Amino acid sequence: MSEWPKETKYLGKSAPRIDGPAKVTGAAKYAYDVQPSGWLWGAILRSKWAAAKITSINLDKARAAPGIKAAVLAREGERQVRYYGEELAAIAGTSKEAVQDALRLIEVQATPVPFVVKEMDATKPDAPKIFEDGQNVGEAQVRENGNVAEGFANSAAIVENSFETQVQLHHSLETHGNMVAFTPEEITVWASTQGVFSVRDGIADNMQVPQSKVRVICDYMGGGFGSKLGPGVEGALATRLSQAAGAPVKLMLTRLDESLAVGNRPSTFQKVKLGASADGTLLAYELESFGCPGFAAGGATAAGGSGATFPAPYIYKIPNTRVKQASVAVNAGSSRAFRAPGHPTASFSMEAMMDDLAVKLGIDPVELRIKNDPFDVRRKEYEIGREKFGWKEKYKKPGSSAGVVKVGVGCGGATWGGGGRGTQAEVQINRDGNVEVRCGTQDIGTGARTVVALVAAEVLGLTPDKITVRIGDTRFPPSGGSGGSTTTASISPAVFDACTNALTELQKVSGLPDARGANWAAACKKIGMNPLVVAGKWREGLSSTGAGGVQFAEVEVDTETGFVTIRKIVAIQDCGLIVNKLTCESQINGGVIQGIGYALYEGRVMDRATGVVLNPNFETYKLPNGADVPPIEIVLLDMPERGVIGVGEPCHIPTAAAIANAVANALGVRITSLPITPDKVLAALGKIPATKTAADLQLLNNAFALVRSLPATTVEEFDPAIV
Amino acid sequence: MSESSDAPDGHEKGGLSRRTFLKALGTTAVASAAAQATSIAQELQKHNDERVYGPGPAPISLKINGATKKFEVEPRVTLLDLLRNRTDLTGTKEVCDRATCGACTVWLDGTPVYSCMTLAIEAQRREITTIEGLSKGGELTAVQKAFVNCDGLQCGFCTPGFVMSVTALLKEKPKPTEEEVRKACSGNLCRCGTYPRVFAAALEAAGVKTASKVEVIRIDRGTKAPPTYV
Repeated sequence: MSEWPKETKYLGKSAPRIDGPAKVTGAAKYAYDVQPSGWLWGAILRSKWAAAKITSINLDKARAAPGIKAAVLAREGERQVRYYGEELAAIAGTSKEAVQDALRLIEVQATPVPFVVKEMDATKPDAPKIFEDGQNVGEAQVRENGNVAEGFANSAAIVENSFETQVQLHHSLETHGNMVAFTPEEITVWASTQGVFSVRDGIADNMQVPQSKVRVICDYMGGGFGSKLGPGVEGALATRLSQAAGAPVKLMLTRLDESLAVGNRPSTFQKVKLGASADGTLLAYELESFGCPGFAAGGATAAGGSGATFPAPYIYKIPNTRVKQASVAVNAGSSRAFRAPGHPTASFSMEAMMDDLAVKLGIDPVELRIKNDPFDVRRKEYEIGREKFGWKEKYKKPGSSAGVVKVGVGCGGATWGGGGRGTQAEVQINRDGNVEVRCGTQDIGTGARTVVALVAAEVLGLTPDKITVRIGDTRFPPSGGSGGSTTTASISPAVFDACTNALTELQKVSGLPDARGANWAAACKKIGMNPLVVAGKWREGLSSTGAGGVQFAEVEVDTETGFVTIRKIVAIQDCGLIVNKLTCESQINGGVIQGIGYALYEGRVMDRATGVVLNPNFETYKLPNGADVPPIEIVLLDMPERGVIGVGEPCHIPTAAAIANAVANALGVRITSLPITPDKVLAALGKIPATKTAADLQLLNNAFALVRSLPATTVEEFDPAIV
Repeated sequence: MSESSDAPDGHEKGGLSRRTFLKALGTTAVASAAAQATSIAQELQKHNDERVYGPGPAPISLKINGATKKFEVEPRVTLLDLLRNRTDLTGTKEVCDRATCGACTVWLDGTPVYSCMTLAIEAQRREITTIEGLSKGGELTAVQKAFVNCDGLQCGFCTPGFVMSVTALLKEKPKPTEEEVRKACSGNLCRCGTYPRVFAAALEAAGVKTASKVEVIRIDRGTKAPPTYV
């Protein structure tokens, strides 16, 4: 077989996860749960200064404390710390309590130095510098095509606005961390990770040992959303502690740590201008923006990039475009890839501009999108979505909803690359007819283990329960990190190829022209002494890239309390070949719900005076709860001929844009800053004083003037940090 | 604020000073509160004279999933830490460690509690049930089966907590409404966003029918090629 079968038994149908029973009984062992014999508890001492020169760290008293078996420094010698929470040292001991006590015995000599944690403050000429030899606002990127001035001159309608988006924290429920067992022969790492191979390479590099001497295992992991692609500082520290103690060390971060040091989605500040002809054809677009990826983009992660740039004018092609983007550093933890890096941010401002333009031109907002969207699938999605949502009946002039509680509707679109890449898999057919499939991928919650079983069952003509799936181990054939919505599109073709090859081999060995179905047992009996082991790999033609998606939102806004309630979300998602309908839907629910958090609730708050994160827990950093979840109606666009694409990220992108547009439609006033909290709603309605003072606005204008004056590199395309 | 001189170093205080607070409370209330506090302190003293735990490890005995086990733990050790670090019952998860997420939910005498906010010594003489104690002989419970069938989980880290909350609800209310399910799960957080499926699973386990809101539409673009611009 060289193509996905037309008629399927399992692909595209709904199948419960094969590891569901392990997860609902507590039997599933995450890195946090592994307990090798003699394991020690590990913990990290973090900087309590937002910026300081560290002159010495004395571990002697901690090392001598009861139960403590090892203590290591994060870095030798004098050093600088650049954010509250930066790693200083780590210790391991026989109990959590002993380690917590001993952490207090570590003596740190430090000279605090001036720091800055607010983006606007960091753009002032006299702001403390994050890096002595650098600038807080560095070089900018510019992309230009056509002639913007001419484009605007020819426009019948022009809209302008400023937008702000917040720093969002990943907050995967299993914190970052590892259980590491160091022996001179091999380092075994049980990692909570999105990439077993990238953790292996990171640990090998850090410890200066061959990659073949590091084994990384990840049977289950409790969420990552882009932040768990490398071993992190905590992985390196756990390994060194294990080496020093001669025992396995579990070093899992605390919930507090998760707010400080393991990534976030950068903030942005944007000034946007959009022009169109009277019939709604987009003619000109201009953007100036800067954003904050923390003290430095990327950080100690293999995720790379994740600066504060984003794709603009996002999904639209506009003949005259000028975009200039920069980043500003502050004394805070570094950003990392976060579910569709750059895209929700880009979608929020661009879709807002589209709605405001539609209002100005007197064109229906959905019509304006269909007119200008360059992607046929997404245009189709708008047509399907508006029918399902009841757009024509529901869409009213902005602010025309009567009463105290106002109702509004909005929509937005998304794009994402997805697609597959180099993954290998191996199939072992045993004489008893049972099958093992091995692949060094990992399941980040999307149901990867089940995907492997379904593809194998489909090709080999077996039931999924006959397939034992082994994943999450660097001893298996290599696969990439689970980033960029590429896992399903990478592993499905590799497993398809391996199983197709295995079936051919089995037919050759057994002499049966079709070894499937009734012939299976007889064919397997002819295998001989050793099981049949056959390899396969990802190849072109079975997966595809480029997924479009659109979402519609209906909201209620209480104009007395400022509280936004979502009545309904309709999500239309381009899926290519759907592998497992059930888990595909779950991912879309999840993307929408995380988008609700981005739209209405989430945002890291830094304290100007102390440099600490003020909301490092779930009481004060609000995640969407069950009560916040509206009815979510999902439409999956099935296009099996395109192959597998990946949906995890695209389904998250347009939610915030659609909600923000619905709020603007309800109120007749636009909230241009995320999250849309009640105070911003009331301020926009003039019921409480504006959240920004005149001084704040002056600072913002100065910051934009600074960005305008910055030297810039010209780029062809912005790198939205797709990993 | 006139009471700002209360601050010994002359700095202005932002909030209520102690004096303002006492004034506002009224002298009678203060007197009676003080008397009450004294009597509570006396009671505590009397109680502690009888039995003092800590600060070092103390022997305790806990009944977990029907089996009684002995431990030596410091009084500050939470039930969550005891389960996770001193037994192999790691199905109970640590996520926030401060009573906000519900991943550590266990039952004490059949009632769901946050084990991160329960000291291990407090759980003596109580029936402790963890996620591992629900299914007997490897057979999944109706709730567990429904979670698997409805895909009421993604990464699975919050799942044990949700299963404990939903199971406890169905013992009390065998036929709950979706509103009641949402309320029973209001102390559980999920970051993957699995809530709709958790609610569906709870209703399925209770035998209440739910309709899927998902539709699949077959589209033929007439080409296999990826879009040139997306």
